[in-house]
Amino acid sequence: MTIEIENLNAYYEGLQAVSDVSMSIPERAVTALIGPSGCGKSTLLRCINRMHEIVPGARVGGGVRLDGADLYAADADPVEVRARVGMVFQRPNPFPTMSIAENVLAGFRLRGERLSKADSESVIERALHSANLWDEVKDRLKRAGTSLSGGQQQRLCIARALASRPDVLLMDEPCSALDPASTQAIEDLIAMLRAEHTVVIVTHNLPQAARVADRVAFMATTETGDGGHLIEYGTTDEMFNHPVRSATQDYIAGRFG
Amino acid sequence: MRIARKRRIADRGFTIALACCGLLALIPLISVVWTTASRGLRRLDWDFFTQSMRGITGAGGGALHAITGTLLITFAATLIAVPIAIGTALWLVEYAAGSTSPVIRALARTVRAVIDVMAGIPSIVAGLFMYAVIAVTVGPGYRSGLAGAMALVIIMVPVVERSGEEVLARVPSELHEAALALGVPKWRMILKVVLPTALPGLVSTLLLGVSRIIGETAPLLLVAGFTDSMNYDLTDGRMVSLPVYVYSQWQNKGVDAAAYDDRAWTAALVLLAGVVLLHGLARLVVRRRNQTR
Ligand SMILES: Nc1ncnc2c1ncn2[C@@H]1O[C@H](COP(=O)(O)OP(=O)(O)OP(=O)(O)O)[C@@H](O)[C@H]1O
Ligand SMILES: [Mg+2]
Repeated sequence: MTIEIENLNAYYEGLQAVSDVSMSIPERAVTALIGPSGCGKSTLLRCINRMHEIVPGARVGGGVRLDGADLYAADADPVEVRARVGMVFQRPNPFPTMSIAENVLAGFRLRGERLSKADSESVIERALHSANLWDEVKDRLKRAGTSLSGGQQQRLCIARALASRPDVLLMDEPCSALDPASTQAIEDLIAMLRAEHTVVIVTHNLPQAARVADRVAFMATTETGDGGHLIEYGTTDEMFNHPVRSATQDYIAGRFG
Repeated sequence: MRIARKRRIADRGFTIALACCGLLALIPLISVVWTTASRGLRRLDWDFFTQSMRGITGAGGGALHAITGTLLITFAATLIAVPIAIGTALWLVEYAAGSTSPVIRALARTVRAVIDVMAGIPSIVAGLFMYAVIAVTVGPGYRSGLAGAMALVIIMVPVVERSGEEVLARVPSELHEAALALGVPKWRMILKVVLPTALPGLVSTLLLGVSRIIGETAPLLLVAGFTDSMNYDLTDGRMVSLPVYVYSQWQNKGVDAAAYDDRAWTAALVLLAGVVLLHGLARLVVRRRNQTR
């Protein structure tokens, strides 16, 4: 599912965070958003599943299209949009009152969709397999989701997002709270997910972006003070080996941000 | 070396001082429990739990009517106060706090101010207020358990609301986001994520509220009245509770004063035991829940 971002502006109460971003994100590929802290990467990401607007006073201008359908059309339901676009957060956030199995099914349960026992079991197994977690937890599905290690919890959250079969998966620094081994596990997982999903990942870790991403978007704030702009956007090879803009070159070389 | 040793001594001294404070705090508690238990045990017999005071002027009799009265009135008050209080707390935390509308903000401020004022109302005033309301609406002579419960609602709502608000505000925003990002409508998120996550805290909140009202005497004396007889009907007729029973036994001693004293202490003991039992039960509920996770 391709994502078309068109002249997107995002505001918090009294502050512009994203300024006039237009970009086309291809399907079945991993696109990384990079840039210095505070340049609006998370904000842009949260505009893709209409999570930005839950912040009091936050507004969005412009549009986002998923396979042509405008997410911000007057008759688009944000709740429905969020059900179709999965999101993984920086800090693992499994529901503490739910078991591992219940966490995987949380999307269905919380939305009030009933699944038969057989369906539930197959959803649990499929999602945990996709999140590369099945072998580690298959014997303790009834244990609390919070009883897992940080890296496992994060993969549980990915399984929870994948259970509803989203076409798009948004990840906001999914590895920044994890140790190197867990990071490796998540990166392997992202490489697998690319086959079926459109993945957009925010990361501060440039080597990671280089490893997992097919395309890279570099964002930064400018002197105009109207929030983060999209400075340059291209394939991973172009961005890391032949960046055109000097700001990108500086950032890649570690000279700022 | 010497500095380290000095620090160790200071550390040790501080620890001992704090431990002494802890022990000091235990003294009044232990002496209350001890006095109540030793005096209350005298009449802790079968009759006490199976008889009312109907027709009793000397020894004998019991507090069955007061025990049922306390249970009924407390239950009714809780049933009315908790939904109001938790509903208000949910609205303040989940809706008003995240609103940019000046109207809603002003409303939230007003609600908070009202709750603060309510929390400061002396219980006798709550009783008088209910008395006045009843005198105007039903008639000045009307007494009932429900009227007593309504007076207790006024006392219970601010306690439960404030504590509930604190508990609800502690539910991490990450969990809100996790649920919303799964495409869950906000009201379902509140019912299925916020409330279950806050449940252990809400149980102690409930307990706090019940403990606050279960020992109330003055407002009940005013609007629930006093009786020596059984009354199972909350809506009709005088209904006595344990604290009121203690008060009246103590206040209106008959010829056999010792019998009245004994009954008062035993009723106090039963009340104390009830509160302790409630605490134990709530802890058990919370522990159970944590284990099944
Ligand atoms: N909830 C909020 N309320 C008000 N302003 C916010 C809020 N969240 C972010 N901002 C502001 O919006 C701008 C962009 O923030 P954003 O979180 O999108 O940056 P980011 O690129 O994700 O940064 P980081 O790499 O540190 O996560 C920043 O100036 C930030 O201060
Ligand atoms: Mg961010």
